[in-house]
Amino acid sequence: MSVTPKIVGGTANFVDERIGSANFVRRSINKIFPDHWSFMLGEIALYSFIVLLLTGTWLAFFFKPSVTEVVYSGPYGPLQGVEMSEAFASTVDISFDVRGGLIMRQIHHWAALIFVAAICVHLFRVFFTGAFRKPREFNWLLGMGLLTFALLEGFAGYSLPDDLLSGTGLRIAHGVLMSIPVVGTYLAFFIFGGEFPGDDFIPRLYSVHILLVPGIMLALITVHIMLVWYQKHTHFPGPGRTERNVVGYPFFPHYVAKAGGFFFIVFGVTSLLGAFVQINPIWMYGSYKPSEITAGSQPDWYIGFLEGSLRAMPNWETNIWGHTVSWNVLIPSLVLPGLMMTVLALYPFIEAWVTGDKREHHILDRPRNQPVRTGLGVMAIIFYGILWINGGNDIIADKFNLSINAITWATRIGLFVLPPIAFVITKRICLGLQRRDRETLLHGRETGIVKRLPSGEMIEVHEPVPSEDRVRLLAGASPRPPELPAAYDENGVPRPGNRRERLRAKVGNFFYRDQVEKPTEEELAAHGDGHGERAEELPPAESPAELPRH
Amino acid sequence: MSERETAGASGSGRHFTDRSTDHSPDLATGGATRDPSAHREEPEADYGHELVPGLTHTPRRTDIDPKAAKRAERQVLGLFLLSVAGTLVFFIGFYAVQLDSAENVGLSTKLLGGGLGLALFCIGAAAIHWARKLMSGEEVVQERHRLRSSDEERAAVIKDFQRGVEDSGVPRRKAILGGLVAATAPLLLTPIVLLRDLGPLPGRKLRETVWTEGVRILSDVTERPVRVADIPIGGYVAAIPETLLDLPHEGSAQLAERGKSAVMLMRLRPEEIVSQQGDNWGYEGVLCYSRICTHVGCPLGLYEQTTHHMLCPCHQSTFDIADSGRVVFGPAARDLPQLAITVDNDGYLVAKQGFTEPVGPSFWERG
Repeated sequence: MSVTPKIVGGTANFVDERIGSANFVRRSINKIFPDHWSFMLGEIALYSFIVLLLTGTWLAFFFKPSVTEVVYSGPYGPLQGVEMSEAFASTVDISFDVRGGLIMRQIHHWAALIFVAAICVHLFRVFFTGAFRKPREFNWLLGMGLLTFALLEGFAGYSLPDDLLSGTGLRIAHGVLMSIPVVGTYLAFFIFGGEFPGDDFIPRLYSVHILLVPGIMLALITVHIMLVWYQKHTHFPGPGRTERNVVGYPFFPHYVAKAGGFFFIVFGVTSLLGAFVQINPIWMYGSYKPSEITAGSQPDWYIGFLEGSLRAMPNWETNIWGHTVSWNVLIPSLVLPGLMMTVLALYPFIEAWVTGDKREHHILDRPRNQPVRTGLGVMAIIFYGILWINGGNDIIADKFNLSINAITWATRIGLFVLPPIAFVITKRICLGLQRRDRETLLHGRETGIVKRLPSGEMIEVHEPVPSEDRVRLLAGASPRPPELPAAYDENGVPRPGNRRERLRAKVGNFFYRDQVEKPTEEELAAHGDGHGERAEELPPAESPAELPRH
Repeated sequence: MSERETAGASGSGRHFTDRSTDHSPDLATGGATRDPSAHREEPEADYGHELVPGLTHTPRRTDIDPKAAKRAERQVLGLFLLSVAGTLVFFIGFYAVQLDSAENVGLSTKLLGGGLGLALFCIGAAAIHWARKLMSGEEVVQERHRLRSSDEERAAVIKDFQRGVEDSGVPRRKAILGGLVAATAPLLLTPIVLLRDLGPLPGRKLRETVWTEGVRILSDVTERPVRVADIPIGGYVAAIPETLLDLPHEGSAQLAERGKSAVMLMRLRPEEIVSQQGDNWGYEGVLCYSRICTHVGCPLGLYEQTTHHMLCPCHQSTFDIADSGRVVFGPAARDLPQLAITVDNDGYLVAKQGFTEPVGPSFWERG
């Protein structure tokens, strides 16, 4: 009666009699996941993390985390006889002397870039669709932790080979540490085991990079995915989708094939990148010496925004009572990113406070239906983007023959001016899209067919919106701004907690003041069955001037 | 016993919660489910209109045309076979190419990465194609389970917890709790104490370099002493103190000293020099400044001869060499420290004295 091979049945029986797994396995097999292209962005992050673990383990077999001076005698001609650290020499050996070494290094580095990029676009998806709302705030915070650790892990990784570029990055990190008031100098001496660069730092960084941080990340990722599994995935509005169900395909066989297959795709693409696009050719930079530098030093992309903020900061420093505070380093490299991450981490709670919304949300927002949230998100991206571009201001100045001073000043001003403009434009676009949705609902979709009426009038024929599109277009209520509470109660006594309430109402007003109302049932009904009007249905006796023009 | 029966026989509700009914998948296909009796205390988020039409399903070509299905099957199979070819390319790249030249390293990397990439990509493409074309294309509805525990469950937890607290005797024997805190609090300090030996205390290390009176200035490239005549007007020489080479070669003492005492010599026409940090700190138009940026410590390296501007490649802090190493642009807050120089009896440039202030980036105790 069963198609299950005996060996599978036997194994299942063995396992189930010991840990009672059948129920869990059955639920997992039948688990429904919704389908949408944007749901695979987080998957890219997960899979590139696995690629990083696999390639990283292999690299650890050959890399020597030591700054002991050696004289290179390997096959790479230009470096023969050059003194270098063992870390750098072993990286050169991995690249030129170990079969598969260079491809593993390049896959590892590409996967790291893709990992952080995937986390970022996954973050955008979660933010703009409101997937962070109740009950998923924990996962938002876990994601913030993962993003932070990913940046740290990436920086630690590309600092390990002890080449000129990575040493320069470490020198900057050391300068940043020293700028911390009160404890900075001590922190720098403890972390580096003395003066920069010291003998201890590379081995210490190595254990952080291959054990400590990946261990923490693996734990966080596990919980992150367990929560997605347990709380079930959100889905976009559409036919049959409600706040109480999840519509999609079962985990087995669909997502085993699709998600499993996608892992191979991600691994395959990083392999192809590693094969054909060179990355971090450390043998061309040479071994690190604290007195050497190359022009155009650039960090990996995800550290670029910090580089840009360091470059944009005015040179403020204060000296009080024999103590120096380097605002020029402290603010752009520690205070600003700390603030950015904190605001981002708290956003779900801020929005929930503003809306007073305590409900669970399993249907995603279309970004246009939350113009202020979408605007704030774009504003943040523009802010980040300006910092990021300024991180390459020397390259831009060189390639486009611009003044570096002008670019830096444009950044300083742009950081304050452009994000608000981006906010306003985004909000306008969202409201415009809302208006178009309303139009489409009430008048149907433009067909592009122009029809000539007997009266000579030319009209465009509109066709009814398919019902599945109607659900999508109608989704997302128009939230109202909370009402401003009265300052005094009926006895003329100032109400307690009033100021907070009023602040909340004001912020709520900012969030939800501008909304295009969704058509009501009556309005939909008034336009026929809501499938749009057709001009030819109108009585021909009417004067042409009153004919609807769409 | 079939697997299905095994599943049925297994105890229910042993995972996550005991609300096994909430989890049991309701694999009803099609038809929007909107059960008004579903337990849910919070008002449902406003869905706009009460319009949730049933799921629609448009059959795919492979659902109705057996030929198309057969074709899809062949495509999946073809992709799997292509993957095998990729793996073969990988093996050939590994065994047939020796890493004896730069070209071969490149060839090896392309064959290994290209073969691996092809092998992996094709497996992925095959699996996804299989899922999209041949597995059921009909969407399935599954009910969500309620996340919030019921009031009874919550009350039971609180009751059990309170019983535990009572049982532990903490309310009656507060001293025990105090003892626990007293025992663990000092213990928590041990890891911090253990971290003490990570590094030495800063001491005066950030304030001192090996530069002192009479130390010869060596070119960082040739490691030979420099005469004024060796530097053309408008020229620039990266330099180090001769005593740096006396430091132990093993370990990082030399590297650390390089990070502090690296300097640069620039020769200007004497009339171009606007100001210096001390009287006669230059020598016949030759000026010596610290090469470590006062921002975060990158070595300076881009000298513009005509403007006498020295630019840091890291964050573009710009210093005017002709005007006391003054900051003219960028995030650096302090002027470059100048090293007073003269020549010794053999005509080689030497330091007149050590630096009079700490070089490199600022720090809290710098003052």
